[in-house]
Formats: sequence, structure tokens, C-alpha cells
Amino acid sequence: MNQVWNIARKELSDGLRNRWLLAISVLFAVLAVGIAWLGAAASGQLGFTSIPATVASLASLATFLMPLIALLLAYDAIVGEDEGGTLMLLMTYPISRGQILLGKFVGHGLILALAVLIGFGCAAVAIGALVEDIELNLLVWAFGRFMLSSTLLGWAFLALAYLLSSLVSEKSSAAGLALGVWFLFVLVFDLVLLALLVFSEGKFNPELLPWLLLLNPTDIYRLINLGGFDGGNAIGVLSLAEDLPVHGAVLWAGLLGWAGAALLLAWAAFRRRAA
Amino acid sequence: MNAVDIQGVSLRYGKMTALRQLDLHLEEGEVLGLFGHNGAGKTTTMKLILGLLTPSEGQLRVLGQAPNDADVRRRMGYLQENVMFYPQLTGRETLHHFARIKGAARQQADQLLEQVGLAHAADRRVKTYSKGMRQRLGLAQALLGEPRLLLLDEPTVGLDPIATQDLYLLIDQLRQQGTSVILCSHVLPGVEAHINRAAILAGGQLEAVGTLTSLRTGAGLPSRIRATGLKQREQVLQSFSSLNGNARPLGGDGIELTGSAATKMSLLRQLLDRDQPGDIDILQPSLEDLYRFYTERASRARAAEDKA
Repeated sequence: MNQVWNIARKELSDGLRNRWLLAISVLFAVLAVGIAWLGAAASGQLGFTSIPATVASLASLATFLMPLIALLLAYDAIVGEDEGGTLMLLMTYPISRGQILLGKFVGHGLILALAVLIGFGCAAVAIGALVEDIELNLLVWAFGRFMLSSTLLGWAFLALAYLLSSLVSEKSSAAGLALGVWFLFVLVFDLVLLALLVFSEGKFNPELLPWLLLLNPTDIYRLINLGGFDGGNAIGVLSLAEDLPVHGAVLWAGLLGWAGAALLLAWAAFRRRAA
Repeated sequence: MNAVDIQGVSLRYGKMTALRQLDLHLEEGEVLGLFGHNGAGKTTTMKLILGLLTPSEGQLRVLGQAPNDADVRRRMGYLQENVMFYPQLTGRETLHHFARIKGAARQQADQLLEQVGLAHAADRRVKTYSKGMRQRLGLAQALLGEPRLLLLDEPTVGLDPIATQDLYLLIDQLRQQGTSVILCSHVLPGVEAHINRAAILAGGQLEAVGTLTSLRTGAGLPSRIRATGLKQREQVLQSFSSLNGNARPLGGDGIELTGSAATKMSLLRQLLDRDQPGDIDILQPSLEDLYRFYTERASRARAAEDKA
């Protein structure tokens, strides 16, 4: 456990030193505050509208951002150390590959969690303090859920980044693959699902389709954050999920399962990597 | 207990054999030079000892245990070729990071920075380091803890002559403390005096191993005796050619005699009987000569094997 922390603290201090943590936190805070007060500008309103609308807009944005940031943070975790020669050196030390991987996950995971907490947390505090007649309970509940699920989404994509970083032998291929993974889960997956729905002309078992959303962590994330408010906000492929007879706990378990499964796959790939 | 025991170890990747039937032993406090051309199997041998590769067949014990044992790794140091380290960390931070993982004290890390001559640059980022400075940092890293076995891969690359000399002195010092060292390299000039034995690898096979003296005997390469300041050079030359000795003139008043290691002393005696030279140099076959002899013999043997 100690060895895990030795690796984690290096990643954490790297994140502080190259100002990743600062940059992501500021980005999150600016986006959250901006969306809270200017999000309704399109519909001719200015100022804070409602908590559900704010969280829904934030979640739509974070669906794109969180995976991208996580992939950028971690895509070179393994292959980068290999290119610098330090991976081979570490492997001659009394530390296992599992400890190296877990240490990186803890370090990067903490950076993401802290950035979410600082960035979105500041925005929540600002809304609570500046907006009159705000329902504090709803604010804490909605933002807490949003922040926790955002962190989990980030962790799932961290683990995916380690997986592809363990599989490739050059940093540039890892970067390319990371972009591909982002594209696949954030954009392509929903389009394919919709296409399937349209072209199957109803032959596809409609009860099965909503479950396919669980195969994409970003869809699980959106389901967690868009559900639970009165009045359906769901649009596009997510409206499928209105028929989904699943409890919120299943969605949370799904997101957690994604992070865990990807990390296990990354570990398996890392173990097979030649020294 | 031997520091390293390798018995009949082979390593194959599919059809390719990287290492064939290797037998090699390293005693405590012994310095072994491991020489060979590119792809001869030096790095493979190192990686086997480090536990990064598993032999296809054969027995391998390091410090009496399996090489990938965590306890063995704490007592082993490795300097690898061309480590870049973490460019954004300072030298001191880098060494502290590795010290924590190896379970060594921070003070030792700071002392080692001083010892390898990096104290003045310890708080600069590694990305500003020259190749030689990174090499020193790598050496400091290998010395963390109390290594009983040191594996140094091309340790003098990028070091200036003085730093190279310092490195050899350090190796002598470690040997006296009972640390075993494996120096892995293409041929290193000036390393002869600092190794107990040399092992020469070629094409994945151990061609020769032994002390320099035994390697010289085995190779039968001639030694050369150079004498200058002779008073009667022509007579001396004539007497040696009538003796069937291999003699040739050298400079204005010198002579060069060539003979095997066995006849070297008698040639010298005869020379001193015949004249009083002002100066004498005895040129033994150097490590480079031995290396060339054994690797060429290996490639000839392989060529013959291919024909058959």
C-alpha cells in the first residue's frame, strides 16, 4: 500500500507542478458559473433560472469535457515512462506492476476529484450565496450527485487511458487512440444506437435497446444527471431510457463497474507488456 | 553464496534464440566485465538477472533467491543505458522518489548526489542535464540502499575521462566492501585493471570467460616487446632472425620482438643478454585484442556451421 502511495504522490505533485490541477479547476469553475447565469440567454432570459436546468446543461458539457481531460491526463502513463526508460528501472525496484498502475490511478484520480470538488464546488457555493430563495437541499443534492458522477466518469476514462497506454509502444499512437476512444464513446456510440433503432424498423427488441445504454459510461453519466428531476429533460437517444426499469443504484453501479473493469483490463494488458 | 548463478540458461523468442546454454557465476565481491557486440545477448543476460525476463530453460539464482523476489530487488542496483528520468523533476526530487520506492533514507540520497558530483546541480530540473549528468544520476540511483549486486550497462557513456576514472575507483571501493559488480559494455578502454574476470558473448553464446591472463593464454595472441636505445641494433636483429624469432626494426635505434605469452620472458632475457636497451615496453594483448580474437573466432565457427 505504501508503494502505491509513493507512486500516487509523485503523480499528484506532478499535477500540481505543471498546473493541471489549477487549470482544470479554473475551467470547471468558470464553466459552471457561466452556465448558471448565462445558460438561459438563448431563450431570452438573463440570470439564474433553475437548479435542474443548470445541472442538466453542466452535465451535457461535462459529458464531453470529463472524458477528454481524463484521457489527456493519463494517455502516456505507461508508454511515456517506457519511452523515458523509467518504466524498466521501476521494474527492477521492489514494486509490482499492479502497484505502479494502482499508484498512478490513485494519483490521477485524486487530481480529477480535487479539480471537480474545487471547480464545481466553488460554483455551487456561489449559487447558494448569490441566488435568493434557492432551495439549498436541492442544490446540495443535485450538485453532489453531479460532482460525484463526474468524478466517477473521469475515473472510468482514466482506466481506459491506462489500458490503451499499456497496449501501444509509442506515445503518439496512445494519443491517437485516446482521441479515438473519446470519439467512440462521446459521439459515435449514440449515433450507432439511433441508426440501429431506425434501420431495424421495429424488428429489434425494443426492450433490449435501453440496456445498451449501459454499455457506454457517458450515457450512464447522463442518465444519472438528467433523471430524477420533475419533467423529462431527456432528449435524443436518452429518451429511450424513460422505459428503462432500472433503479438509480444500477446506474451508479454501472459507472463504478466501468471504472473497475477498465482498470482490471489495463492491469491485464500491463502485465503482458514486455519489459 | 554466489551473487549470481546461471546454469544452462537459454532464452528463445519463438524460433529465435537470444541466449543459448549460458553458464555464468559471479562470486561475492567480484567484478565481471560482460562484453559483446550489439545483439550478442548482453542486455538479455542483464534482464534475466534483473528478473525482467524468464528463461526458457535452465536455472537462475540471484543472491541465493529467485531474481524477481522483492527482497533481492532491494539488494540490487541497476544502471541502465540512456535513462531520461522525469524531465520536470529536479535531480534531488528524482533520487528521493526512487529512494522511497527502494526503502532507502533521504539522507543517503543527498549523500549520493554529493558522491557522484551532482551536488551543485541537484536542485535543477533533469531536463537541463547533460548526458553525463543523467548518467551520474543513474549511478546514484543504482547505489541507493545497500546493493550487494550492481549491474551497470554502459556506465561510462557520456562521462569525461576524469569522471570515468572516478567511476572505476568507486567500483574498486565497492568491490572491497564485498559488492559484486557486472559491467556490461562494448569494449571499455582502461577497464582491464578494474575487473576480476571478463566474459565475452557473441551471437547469444558465451565464447570465453576467465581472468585476462587465462583469456590471453587461451587466445595465444602474441605479446610485443619494444626496446629502444640499443647500441648494436643490427647485430641484435640478426641474432634474433637466426633464432627464428620475429624481430623488426623500430625507429632509429629500436627493435620490436613478437612472441607468444609463453616465450615472452625468454625473449626478454635474450635481448638483455645481447644489449643494454635504454627503455623497454611490453605490450600484452589488450582487452580489445582479446575481444576481437574471440568474437571473430565465433563468427568463423558460425559461418562453418552454416555451410555444413
